Amino acid sequence: MAERAIGTDVPRIEGIEKLTGEAVYVDDLPTEGVWFGATVRSDVPRGRIASIDRNPAFPWDEVVVVTAADIPGRNVIPLLKEDQPALAAREIHHAEEPVALVAAPSRELAARAAAALTVQVEPLPATLDAEAALAAGAEVFKRIEIRKGDPDAADRADLIVEGTYRFGSQEHVYIEPQGMQAEWTEAGLVLRGSLQCPYYIVGSLGALLDEPEDRIRVIQMATGGGFGGKEEYPTLLAAHAALLSRAAGHPVRIVYDRAEDMRATTKRHPGRVTHRTGLTRDGRIVSMDVDVLLDAGAYCTLSPVVLSRGALHATGPYDVPNARVLARAVATNFPPHGAFRGFGAPQTIFALETHLEECAERVGLSGVEFRRRNLLRPGGTLATGQDLGQDIAAEAVLDRALKESGFEERRAAFDAFNAQAARREGAFRFQRRGIGLALFHHGAGFTGSGEVTLASRAGLAGLPDGTVLVLSAQTEIGQGTRTVLAQAAADGLGLPVDRIRSVDPDTAVAPNSGPTVASRTSMVIGGLLLRAGQEFRAKVEAAAGRALPTSDEFCAEIARQAGEGPLEHIVQYQAPPGIHWDEEHYRGDAYATYAWACYVAALEVDTLTGETQVLDFTAVQEVGRVLNPVLASGQIEGGVTQGIGWALLENVQWEKGRMRNATMTDYIVPTFPDTPPIRVHFLEHPHDRAPHGAKGIGELPMDGPAPAIANALRHALGIHVREIPATAERVLSALEAGRAGSAPTPESRP
Amino acid sequence: MSQPLKGPQPLPDARSAPPRQMVRLIVNGTEREVAVRPYDVLLDTLRNDLGLTGTTRGCDMGTCGCCTVHMDGVPQLSCLTLTLLAEGAEIRTIEDVAPLGTDLHPVQRAFATQGGSQCGFCTPGFVMTVTELLDRNPSPSDDEIRRAISGNMCRCTGYNKIVDSVRTAAAELRGEVTPKAPEESVPTPVGPYDKVRSPGGNGR
Repeated sequence: MAERAIGTDVPRIEGIEKLTGEAVYVDDLPTEGVWFGATVRSDVPRGRIASIDRNPAFPWDEVVVVTAADIPGRNVIPLLKEDQPALAAREIHHAEEPVALVAAPSRELAARAAAALTVQVEPLPATLDAEAALAAGAEVFKRIEIRKGDPDAADRADLIVEGTYRFGSQEHVYIEPQGMQAEWTEAGLVLRGSLQCPYYIVGSLGALLDEPEDRIRVIQMATGGGFGGKEEYPTLLAAHAALLSRAAGHPVRIVYDRAEDMRATTKRHPGRVTHRTGLTRDGRIVSMDVDVLLDAGAYCTLSPVVLSRGALHATGPYDVPNARVLARAVATNFPPHGAFRGFGAPQTIFALETHLEECAERVGLSGVEFRRRNLLRPGGTLATGQDLGQDIAAEAVLDRALKESGFEERRAAFDAFNAQAARREGAFRFQRRGIGLALFHHGAGFTGSGEVTLASRAGLAGLPDGTVLVLSAQTEIGQGTRTVLAQAAADGLGLPVDRIRSVDPDTAVAPNSGPTVASRTSMVIGGLLLRAGQEFRAKVEAAAGRALPTSDEFCAEIARQAGEGPLEHIVQYQAPPGIHWDEEHYRGDAYATYAWACYVAALEVDTLTGETQVLDFTAVQEVGRVLNPVLASGQIEGGVTQGIGWALLENVQWEKGRMRNATMTDYIVPTFPDTPPIRVHFLEHPHDRAPHGAKGIGELPMDGPAPAIANALRHALGIHVREIPATAERVLSALEAGRAGSAPTPESRP
Repeated sequence: MSQPLKGPQPLPDARSAPPRQMVRLIVNGTEREVAVRPYDVLLDTLRNDLGLTGTTRGCDMGTCGCCTVHMDGVPQLSCLTLTLLAEGAEIRTIEDVAPLGTDLHPVQRAFATQGGSQCGFCTPGFVMTVTELLDRNPSPSDDEIRRAISGNMCRCTGYNKIVDSVRTAAAELRGEVTPKAPEESVPTPVGPYDKVRSPGGNGR
């Protein structure tokens, strides 16, 4: 029998293409006959379009121009709500909103044409603050309420701890900017692009273009990172490229430059979370009241589901007997915020894990001991009432993280280091060190009944050369999708992995296995392919009338049967038994399973400059089963680094609703000197809700770094960090406020 | 008609653009002549005029390091290099590190086995930076590695595995470990290794 591929470091399938420069990203496609598109946008956050003026000196006959009036169908990009137009027709709801498109035979001419169009907008008052929007009665895209236990339980608490925690936007900075190429053929529209979700595009463009879905084909090109930023936004870009291509009669390519990408595309939702927690004197949580407010931006996009994941993680991996979570996503006039790795959970987990450190102090316990007294154990339930049986690892990850990081010893050593600071010479006098941790869990797969609604289909095709092709719409965006799916298929088939082909999806071939989001690919689609492999083998053996124990026999039979006609086997997702979700009351099994983690940050902060350097980072997580150790630890290390960026460096600055620092020099993402050694440890307790026992891990590492760092800053400096990013400026102003005797909190509103 | 809120924008005329001039470059060992405008940068010349799309564009302002190539043996940001000023220079791009039909460079092999490349977009720039580092300094300290790659940004890996890759490649180049191709260490699914595409065609 074949050796098992799952659990081994199968090298990345497309690794060599990427290392030799042969990988084809959308802007690497041949340019012969291709026209180039550019977008003309509003520079004010709200207003009414008065006119779109063409500079008469420009040779307009050499280019095409498209506005809302040229849309053949309905001017809407449908997602959860049908509120976002492909091109603004009259009203402007956010700065950078697309108003007109141009295409020309060269990039240079397209840029000149865009500059020769002037959008005249009569400005209207804009709402650029989520609290103000809520107070003014702006649209609330989603309101969620979760209730558990007695709503008046706080009255019985010995003490109440309150705090408000704020977090900024975060820009994805996938290293390849967004890009899409559209071409109309006899068979319909063909789109090639940098994207995560090919079937989102197929399903969204029909009404806009007045075309049936079977005439829309989407092909994923090599994609230089996504992190959620290429979940929903590429649909808008696809609409633009398709409209331009229809007008031009040529294939049209739109590739954003970095500044346009940073200004115009979605970002992580900013907002605030307010906690009010009732405690007993001995440090048990009696009640938790959480109020979550996310700034959705001008259109709904995915805000309701981002909010949902945020609300469902707001009380963390704790057994809170009485809880109330109120969560709202409100419309403002910022460019729409959207999907970003973690999807609302990093925001509420930052607030909770920072808040619990304050709770621990108030009852005179260490953060570790406080968490130990309250964490979820078998028999306890989450805020939705979900009972996870034995599939709980909160204490296990906490214990392992304490051990691996040497937490208590380092905490004592740092205390000694800080106590001696005043006696050191020169700049060393300003150094302080701190260590902090965060305990959290992350629901794997779509929220609630999402997986049931998606009803994903995936499968395998035998080819005449005896190899087997993976059929799925899952996209490789850096995380290793093609490789992991090939591993799952190989083990299902009982073949060595070198008999499997796994390619970038093309909707003309690939069934709809749902989007590549929500840490669902390895767990859900990997599980489907494992099953598909087993059934495929049974089918081939039944047709052959005999067992095919060796790989050579099996592949020879695949080749024979595939030579006679299509040899495909597609399977469909079925919810594991015993999963119940009540969407209306937010009760029940919000996720089939959760990954568990405890992260520890050790850092040094300079009290003269306010700068923080993370010294090292320990990431312990229970993920069910590790399918490919190199790829899995790569996900954790990369996510931790993005989390460090969000916690300390990445500061989206807004000016009149526009991103002011939209360059990679002014918006700082971690480079190597900002990144500590990251020690990754996996605990594996295979669960029974996926055939291979694996849980999703892609988003998990984004959750822990910010609160671990905030708590380490608390240890180092004695200040509560209640707003991130904790930039040098915020740390300094918090220290100054502390010295002046006012509230020692780095809070400042942009 | 209402008064325009903004006046007409100044209009640069495509047809009054400055004339192109011929530039001679030695690209991956071959002499090439291209006609460029005075403001054209080497990145555009390589990608658009010479079809060498392995060098990628991440930021256009010298921050991300994706566009790193060798110019007379030294890593250069091709997005900040005026092509006119490269007259006569020897340019080496990712396409020349391991042309088709040759073995991977130890640096590429190490990135493949150590997880130093995820989405791949920054990878050619890293490979160019690291190959030059190891040519110059076969035994870089961690601090020297840190300094060498601090101008290349990666949003996927968190850098630790890139440093592991550099150390692994350096050890192989010094002859301390037996080189092992990724496809030999563990069976690898078929795909790019034999350049086979899906039956429906991946449209490439």
